Amino acid sequence: MLNTLTLKQALDKLEKKEITLQDINSDVKSAIEKLNKDLNVYLTLNEQKITDQETTAPLAGLPIAVKDNYCTRDLRTTASSTVLDNFIPQYDSTVITKLKKAGGHIVGKTNLDAWAHGSSTETSQYGRTLNPRNTDHLPGGSSGGSAAAVAADLCLASLGTETAGSIRQPSSWCGVVGLKPTYGRCSRYGVVAMASSTDSPGPITKTVEDSAIILNYIAGHDKYDGTTSNQEVPDFTQFLDQDIKGMKIGVVYTDIEGLEEIKELFIEQVKIFEKLGATVEFVKAMDPHHAIGVYTIIQRGEVSSNLGRFDGIRYGNDRSFFGHEAKNRIMLGTYTLSKGYADQYYNTAQKVRTLFIEDYQKLFQDYDVLISPTSPGYAKKVGVSESSAMFGELEDMLLEPSSIAGLPGISVPCYRDPKTNLYLGMNIVAPMFREDLVIKVGDAFEKNTKWNTWRNK
Amino acid sequence: MSNKITIQQVQHIANLANIPVDDSEAERLAQGFEETLETIEDLKAVNTEGVEPTHQVTGMENVLREDIVDKSRTFTQEEALANAKQTHQGFFVVPRIIKK
Repeated sequence: MLNTLTLKQALDKLEKKEITLQDINSDVKSAIEKLNKDLNVYLTLNEQKITDQETTAPLAGLPIAVKDNYCTRDLRTTASSTVLDNFIPQYDSTVITKLKKAGGHIVGKTNLDAWAHGSSTETSQYGRTLNPRNTDHLPGGSSGGSAAAVAADLCLASLGTETAGSIRQPSSWCGVVGLKPTYGRCSRYGVVAMASSTDSPGPITKTVEDSAIILNYIAGHDKYDGTTSNQEVPDFTQFLDQDIKGMKIGVVYTDIEGLEEIKELFIEQVKIFEKLGATVEFVKAMDPHHAIGVYTIIQRGEVSSNLGRFDGIRYGNDRSFFGHEAKNRIMLGTYTLSKGYADQYYNTAQKVRTLFIEDYQKLFQDYDVLISPTSPGYAKKVGVSESSAMFGELEDMLLEPSSIAGLPGISVPCYRDPKTNLYLGMNIVAPMFREDLVIKVGDAFEKNTKWNTWRNK
Repeated sequence: MSNKITIQQVQHIANLANIPVDDSEAERLAQGFEETLETIEDLKAVNTEGVEPTHQVTGMENVLREDIVDKSRTFTQEEALANAKQTHQGFFVVPRIIKK
């Protein structure tokens, strides 16, 4: 079953000629045939042939799952909305151009909450995805399809996007690794826009090592996205297998109401850092409840503007095809940005955003990284998101502060419930453009604990 | 503070956003708006006096480029029209918005 290899393992075995790309692809294909109908992970499979260019590049043509909000040339891209039911992009998003150049072959396009609006995949107009760890439960979202594709070994690695939790929360719920890069580290060009001031493309993978490998190839300045940074992109794999002795780790949010179920389990896991020689301190950060308000206002506002482009004239269907959640968000944004309300809502939110950034700057004077649970609990049961217009924001509360501040973060599995087979994730956050730190700490945690499925088969 | 949203308000916003909404959905949306507005009310408790707003986090300003054609990403006419529902002699067909 070569589909259960990590990206790195597959690359090593290919190089040693122990296996062939055809062997891997055939196992991935059988796994998809067996599981995709029930899990609803892939909306479209890629029939395009693997090119010689791909097989001779570093990623050797290996199968990568891609969230269906990345424009992919000649391959249907829906953002899980029937507005784009028949949309065939005529160009690749920059991240996809880079992935292809590096030799990553798109195996298929994965389900998401429609327009990435949500944290469950239940708002997809093509049906919900189920959590491969326990199919009574949701995979989270919005990159739920990509996280499930990794958890079920229907690819070797995947790409997601995060605006506030959409990489890390489904990774936590599916027991996989999700890396949300710094805002501006990876290009947004050609990604179906949600909230342009926080949208961040990034990898969802089996191990931290695989995330570092993928990030190496997709990061960097893009002349087509004016918000991408000129910061140098280091080789992120050099931060693997590093000693974390002497590092200062701050633990935040464990005293928040709603975390009772997992608090003790999480605190137990943190102890490993002390054994590895790091200092661990529990520290108070700005109340993440306020980030829900900030994010909700900013996101709805930016959504109402971004989704104005879908007119059904140049591509796609008309605006009557929007699902309930998209209507909800577009219209709430229209309301909060309208005359008389913009100051009360939008401008206030942007000021509180400043306060979060300042709070982080203060905390990072004393700590190298900040850690917390990724999600307030385990993956929720199917159907639960339909009860509340604010479902996603509450699930993503612990991630929203770092997202509105633009910071990089990684979620690594940090506990598995033996009764339900469901996972908890640990979120590790670092200052702007310090993905090296989240990779270093995440990798150390992964390699010194038993929670990563692929390291502990 | 109460955030009572009426169906008329929802229909007004729907009109601004150019999204068709029937009255039963408008009612559901109104409830969702009230729930959302109640949650974001909590920002009022934060003292923002003298705080500058953050509109983007990169710190970059005025990112410009030369105004020249980049042929590597220019669509052919055929590509540009490939996804359009209705075209006419190489143009997009748009709905009439000015009454006869």
